[in-house]
Amino acid sequence: MCGIIGFISRKKRMIRGDKIAIALDSLKERGNGQGSGYVGYGIYPDYKDCYALHVFLKNTPTYHKIIDRVKSILGMYGVVVKDEEIPVKEGVLKKEFIPWRFFYHFHDSYRDIENDLMVNIVMEINDKVDGAFVFSSGKNLGVFKATGWPKEVAEFYRLEEYEGYMWLGHARYPTNTRGWWGGAHPFNILNWSVVHNGEITSYGTNKRYVESFGYKCRMFTDTEVVAYIFDLLIRKHRLPVEYALSAIAPKFWDEIDRMEEEERKIHEAIRMTYGPAALNGPFAIVVGTHEGMVFMNGEIEENNTLIGLTDRVKLRPLVAAEKDDLVFVSSEEAAIRRICPELDKVEMPDAGTPIIVRLE
Amino acid sequence: MIPSAVPPKFKVEIDREKCMLCGRCVEECSWGVYRKERDRIVIYSNRCGACQRCVVMCPRNAITVRENTTCWRSHPLWTAEVREDIINQSKTGRVLLSATGNAMDYPIYFDRIVLDACQVTNPPIDPLREPMELRTYIGKKPKKLEFEFVEEEVDGKKIKKAKLKTKIAPNLKLETPIMIAHMSYGALSLNAHLAMAKAVKECGTYMGSGEGGLHRALYPYADHIITQVASGRFGVDVDYLNRGAAIEIKIGQGAKPGIGGHLPGEKVTAEVSMTRMIPEGTDAISPAPHHDIYSIEDLAQLVRSLKEATRWKKPVFVKIAAVHNVAAIANGIATSDADAVVIDGFRGGTGAAPKVFRDHVGIPLEMAIAAVDERLREEGVRNEISIIASGGIRSSADVFKAIALGADAVYIGTAALIALGCRVCGRCYTGQCAWGIATQKPELVERLDVEEGARRVANLIKAWTLELKELLGAAGINAIESLRGNRDRLRGVGLNEVELKALGIKHAGF
Amino acid sequence: MENEEVVVIDAKDMNYRELNEKIHEVLNKNPRVKKIILKNVLGQRYIGNGIRKKDLTIEIYGVPGGDLGMFMSGPTIIVYGNTEHAPGNTMDDGKIIIHGSGGDVTGHSMRGGKIFVRDDVGYRSGIHMKEYKDKFPVLVIGGRAKDFLGEYMAGGMILVLNIDREGRDLGKIRGRMIGTGIHGGSIYIRGEVDEYQLGVAADIKEFTEEDREKIKGYIEEFCNYFNLNERVKEKLINSKYTKIAPVSKRPFGKLYTPDLR
Repeated sequence: MCGIIGFISRKKRMIRGDKIAIALDSLKERGNGQGSGYVGYGIYPDYKDCYALHVFLKNTPTYHKIIDRVKSILGMYGVVVKDEEIPVKEGVLKKEFIPWRFFYHFHDSYRDIENDLMVNIVMEINDKVDGAFVFSSGKNLGVFKATGWPKEVAEFYRLEEYEGYMWLGHARYPTNTRGWWGGAHPFNILNWSVVHNGEITSYGTNKRYVESFGYKCRMFTDTEVVAYIFDLLIRKHRLPVEYALSAIAPKFWDEIDRMEEEERKIHEAIRMTYGPAALNGPFAIVVGTHEGMVFMNGEIEENNTLIGLTDRVKLRPLVAAEKDDLVFVSSEEAAIRRICPELDKVEMPDAGTPIIVRLE
Repeated sequence: MIPSAVPPKFKVEIDREKCMLCGRCVEECSWGVYRKERDRIVIYSNRCGACQRCVVMCPRNAITVRENTTCWRSHPLWTAEVREDIINQSKTGRVLLSATGNAMDYPIYFDRIVLDACQVTNPPIDPLREPMELRTYIGKKPKKLEFEFVEEEVDGKKIKKAKLKTKIAPNLKLETPIMIAHMSYGALSLNAHLAMAKAVKECGTYMGSGEGGLHRALYPYADHIITQVASGRFGVDVDYLNRGAAIEIKIGQGAKPGIGGHLPGEKVTAEVSMTRMIPEGTDAISPAPHHDIYSIEDLAQLVRSLKEATRWKKPVFVKIAAVHNVAAIANGIATSDADAVVIDGFRGGTGAAPKVFRDHVGIPLEMAIAAVDERLREEGVRNEISIIASGGIRSSADVFKAIALGADAVYIGTAALIALGCRVCGRCYTGQCAWGIATQKPELVERLDVEEGARRVANLIKAWTLELKELLGAAGINAIESLRGNRDRLRGVGLNEVELKALGIKHAGF
Repeated sequence: MENEEVVVIDAKDMNYRELNEKIHEVLNKNPRVKKIILKNVLGQRYIGNGIRKKDLTIEIYGVPGGDLGMFMSGPTIIVYGNTEHAPGNTMDDGKIIIHGSGGDVTGHSMRGGKIFVRDDVGYRSGIHMKEYKDKFPVLVIGGRAKDFLGEYMAGGMILVLNIDREGRDLGKIRGRMIGTGIHGGSIYIRGEVDEYQLGVAADIKEFTEEDREKIKGYIEEFCNYFNLNERVKEKLINSKYTKIAPVSKRPFGKLYTPDLR
């Protein structure tokens, strides 16, 4: 059991990070204090063309050596424009890790493949550099997470000092794996960020599938794999978003059998080709997306958007709501009303049917 | 003279109180255990193989067959079996022939693996009420799908629409991941083949033809039959290839890796000869290799030749015995245009195999599935080819474990025969099968009722299918593709570290 | 191409799938076609694979790839060049005439039809040929065969004429392990063959006048295809042949002992 919430301003209005913290705080009953986290999009306008890498460094006296090793990997392909400790309020949490950030850009010769390279770099650091875990690697966005209650984590990272047009939050109640900083949500790769309520019973299948495409699951929890599946299907394979989401929460065979031929062939092909990418088990997820997604009508989305999705038999709650330019998705309506009491519309999305919110 | 008789393996007893001298046992026993004399039945226990036909058919339940083991002096090394074999071979100078699968005491890994179920953190699913999908496609899959955007006019407005550009190769659609293995007509009776063909058609799955061609009586079921091309090429012509649902090249068999097969001339009856397209009464000899395949590139050539002959409309499978290097071989197959690789483990059954091969050559299926699945993933091709596991699958639990280890579907052989009446007496190669299964003698074949047999086999597949759904539901999974290769849902019990590593699973407690 | 009886396809730089697809396209669209001429063939496999049209001739100029005419059931293929691995593999009916040599396993598992090779064939040719009723496969080799000729042979006929292109004698054949595992059919080799050249299960039988009658027609056909004169034809028909046939229909019947008592 976990609590999730996300919101986006379709007009790209900037909203302070403490808003999401207040909303998430009201979902704390769904967590147990063993992990909370946030991601804000649009928070680094001064470095918007740089990759912002957030990295946990094991809190030991020699943590500078870890920084050097990370830098030596980064230095092979580009330039670290700036690096520093992420500003935190000391004394709020037991500091198991030192959160560090690197603003980074690739040499010009790598521009065409920079996203693929960045995935490889993240995998390499997480796999090979002892005591370093990259937990955020997108542009103009940042993940803030730790072991603790929602309020504590927000206070620790001084969230009120950031402004973004899209925020996701997550309060964790770890079940199958231990609570640790890296295990808290959101999970991020490039501009993909995922918060997840549920359990991926297909994890063994999903993990081995993405690993055969070079991703490495090193965070000891199932949600990580969701971010990689989105990256693989939508960014790398360039599946139209609607079909990619259908691969993740597949239509039932009896539904597919009743479709018209062209549509039936497509969905049959999706299940045959992407069966190992299907998320099985109970889940509700909210995803901050990568830009450049292709829709089935051929449109290409230049911006980051927000997607909400549940499993196909609806074993986890999810509500959606709207107020002016704001769209919210959350485990519980109360959390939304805590920060926005008057709503224009509240609805419960159909099982397995995505909510996709794009900027105007 | 050195006397070479050994004590009978079984002791047959008739309760003379109960026996009414009806002579049913004399009729039913095709091995000649019984002979009727005026006022009594004479018993030749040395001919008995414990097939239980007489026990089951005796109207008075008067017959008991028990093991006759008491008269050998026990010795841990020089077992009775070892001594018997030596006596036999020193007398005959021949190769020991046996049937069924590996009979040695190797670990059965399926029985050292336990399954997972949901408690609290995710809900188990009740398959009786909620959807539970077992549908499985066997065949080549693309690595990724590609779409193209085509402009269309809908209601006077021009809109772009995503159209699937990738062509999907022909696949077999299975409603349950259980198929029936290749057992040839010739080794088996026509009634056995017919019963199984009816059953697979009813269950939405497939059976293998074996290497003996396809009898015309099976043509109505051909769309549920995978036709086999083995080294003997019996009954193989372009019609045969096009008639079936898919084609399977048999390279090897788990019960006898590395050798071919002989169907003895006495089993090549008129019907068998017609189906195999060879003269009546000649031995049907399958060489050890395909003589047009001496290497992996030759296999690729045959795969493609079969595809050419069927205008690329039929999936082509390649069956290999599980041997030490199975993972590398499977990888070679995966890159050959083949649609599926069949791995036959060392417990795979046979109607006739040299005992030394049956018991000593090959590796356990569980290890082979794990190794092949892992290797194909390392090569990034696992999802593009199907893995069919066969050899000693005894229950739905075995099926479930095989799929979680990495298989797409399984073949069952012996289990299907048991459903038809087989009691695993292991004397298939004699052609005397009292149950009408592994024989060509008309009077024995007619004992096997086709309709009843079809019902039994279908019942077995349906029962296992239901159990698979229950197990999946308990595991919180509602589509079989989420179980495939999901080794997280398995745990070993009593396995050492090397075994766990080979299987790619954790030990219980972790 | 729609209505012509002769269609020419230039196979230069064509992939085998493309070439074979073209051939099938001609057959589908043009039922009147009698001859397909393939020019510049170089290594394309599976030509004629599975084709059933009896009144069709495929002429090949160049070197076709492996499995030429595999599963073929009816057409005639004429090759002006050598062939690779396994021409006539599991062939059902029809003819393959090779103005050159055949590769290894020429006529593998052939169950019907005829193959005429002007020059030599490779190892294990005619392996596991088998006959059934009116299906009687015949492999005629003008020159010589490498070892294991007619291995596992289960029916049909192999005829080795042992001459060069002009019809001159090549001398005593050198192949070893002839007819190893043979359990049906017969092998006729022009000239002497020593016992040691035979494989397990093969036996030298008396060559009778009846046998001569059996092979006569095939010799005439061979001379006809490859333009050999009357003198050579007469020589071939009247030569001494060694007939090799199975010891028994069940060569391995006594190999096994049941694991029973």
